Amino acid sequence: MPDAIIACQALTHVYLRGTPLEATALRGVTVEVRAGELLAIIGPTGSGKSTLIQHFNGLLKPTSGNVRVAGLDLWGPDADRRRARRQVGLLFQFPEYQLFEETVLRDVAYGPKNLGLPDETIAERVDEALHSVGLDPARFGDRSPFSLSGGEMRRVALAGVLAMRPKVLVLDEPTAGLDPRGREELLHRIEALHADGQTFVVVTHNMDEVARLADRVVVMHQGWVLMEGPPNDVFRRGDELQRVGLGLPQAARLVQILQSRGVPVADALTIEQARAAITAALGGKHGERHGAH
Amino acid sequence: MELIRYVPVGQYVPRASPLHGLDPRTKIVATTVLMVVLFLAPSFAGLGLFVAAILVLLILGRIPIRFALQGLRPAFFLVLLTVFLNTFFAGGDPTPEMFRFGPLVATVGGLRNGLFVGARLLLLVALTSLLTFTTSPVELTHGLEALLRPFRRIGVPGDELAMMMSIALRFIPTLFEETERIIKAQMARGGSFDQGNVFRRAIAFVPVLVPLILSSFRRSEELAVAMEARCYSSGAHRTRMKELRLRTADAVATVVVVGAAAAVLLLR
Repeated sequence: MPDAIIACQALTHVYLRGTPLEATALRGVTVEVRAGELLAIIGPTGSGKSTLIQHFNGLLKPTSGNVRVAGLDLWGPDADRRRARRQVGLLFQFPEYQLFEETVLRDVAYGPKNLGLPDETIAERVDEALHSVGLDPARFGDRSPFSLSGGEMRRVALAGVLAMRPKVLVLDEPTAGLDPRGREELLHRIEALHADGQTFVVVTHNMDEVARLADRVVVMHQGWVLMEGPPNDVFRRGDELQRVGLGLPQAARLVQILQSRGVPVADALTIEQARAAITAALGGKHGERHGAH
Repeated sequence: MELIRYVPVGQYVPRASPLHGLDPRTKIVATTVLMVVLFLAPSFAGLGLFVAAILVLLILGRIPIRFALQGLRPAFFLVLLTVFLNTFFAGGDPTPEMFRFGPLVATVGGLRNGLFVGARLLLLVALTSLLTFTTSPVELTHGLEALLRPFRRIGVPGDELAMMMSIALRFIPTLFEETERIIKAQMARGGSFDQGNVFRRAIAFVPVLVPLILSSFRRSEELAVAMEARCYSSGAHRTRMKELRLRTADAVATVVVVGAAAAVLLLR
């Protein structure tokens, strides 16, 4: 695939190999991340999601199989993993705990500084990154990151990765533990960046977020890829998802319950789609009335 | 990157083995007795016997020997230092000179001494990790607490000590996981920790240390709140879900260990 930025082939990973605590986390996973898309990775706890994304930038070495970033094998003879880390920005779960600098500006500058960029370029990128996560550098720049709210800290951490201008941004449960406002703010920023062409990989437990954000979904289960495809196709297989401990977006569940009772509504994933589908099924009149505002 | 891989000290290995099944009190007492014996063993031959005993115990406990060897790694530097210092500075008896290095004089007696003390150190680490490999932190605490109970009257706060120890043990792997996570997070931001001289590396480690210390404080606070929420107070008598009970196997193990210890002491 020419437009795959990241391509994993038959990826297997065994933790603590050769010790009594040996555990297999991935068993032959083949996935790719395509330019410009937002790929959601879902799966129950322990299904291998976090292990998988740590292969995307060479933090973990595959036990077997290979990972290519922009066509180059990360573990081949002429591999340059530091370069891969520049191209694939990875934000771990609860990234606010990785902040360490005295000011927001300096913390965001850590990544670009490591790239060895000149000072003016760093300042420029820090400024831009803070703007794109919705934090005004003039207001927040000189504050200590530890004086911010949880949601703001997380956005600073996101800016820290954005400032490296990665081709792909990999987020591990970006909204976990945020209050509704912090969550909405962050999702909004992700959507905006994605609309500008940023490629994303988002690991999440929240099916409504998948429905809202994802172009494509990979479902992991016990180290395998269980399903892969557009959200519509994946969420049509609700029974299978439930069997592995996953659910459906609320709107999809509502529509499927209606369908099972014989109401002729079309498939829907988000609240907006469900509203349109239900009003259409009711004859369209209500749709017009709602559409007016 | 799997830091924990290199640090099996204090790591419990869940298995169904005769050693795992013993009462923790038996294992703690046996380990203590064996430690004393280790320090009384007069010769390399004695240490050799000790190595054999530990190998047998590892097999009994279904602990892979390679895994146990990895656990000795952290002690290795200390052992090297011991051997080095002894070789050059401890004039054993007799002290034939091996070679001179400037003002330093290496002696055969010193080297012999160093190797002996070093081997003793390694065995000490092996012995104590044998205890933690086969005994979960919870069991260890219960065992310690039970053993210290008689000393309560003379003011030994047995249960608090046991609690502190088990908390420390419990958090060793957690801290390593945390360190690994933070190192990875900073590596993902282009940080590198293996380049330049010692001074540069120390500075490069600041982005790891600050979050690590912060999270340790956070963790201890959370733990304190969680304990208070469950009405933890020192000195209160708590009952157990699993009461400790001595079995036949414990009697056998005690007799064997105490017998072996007595034999060593008598042969001395």
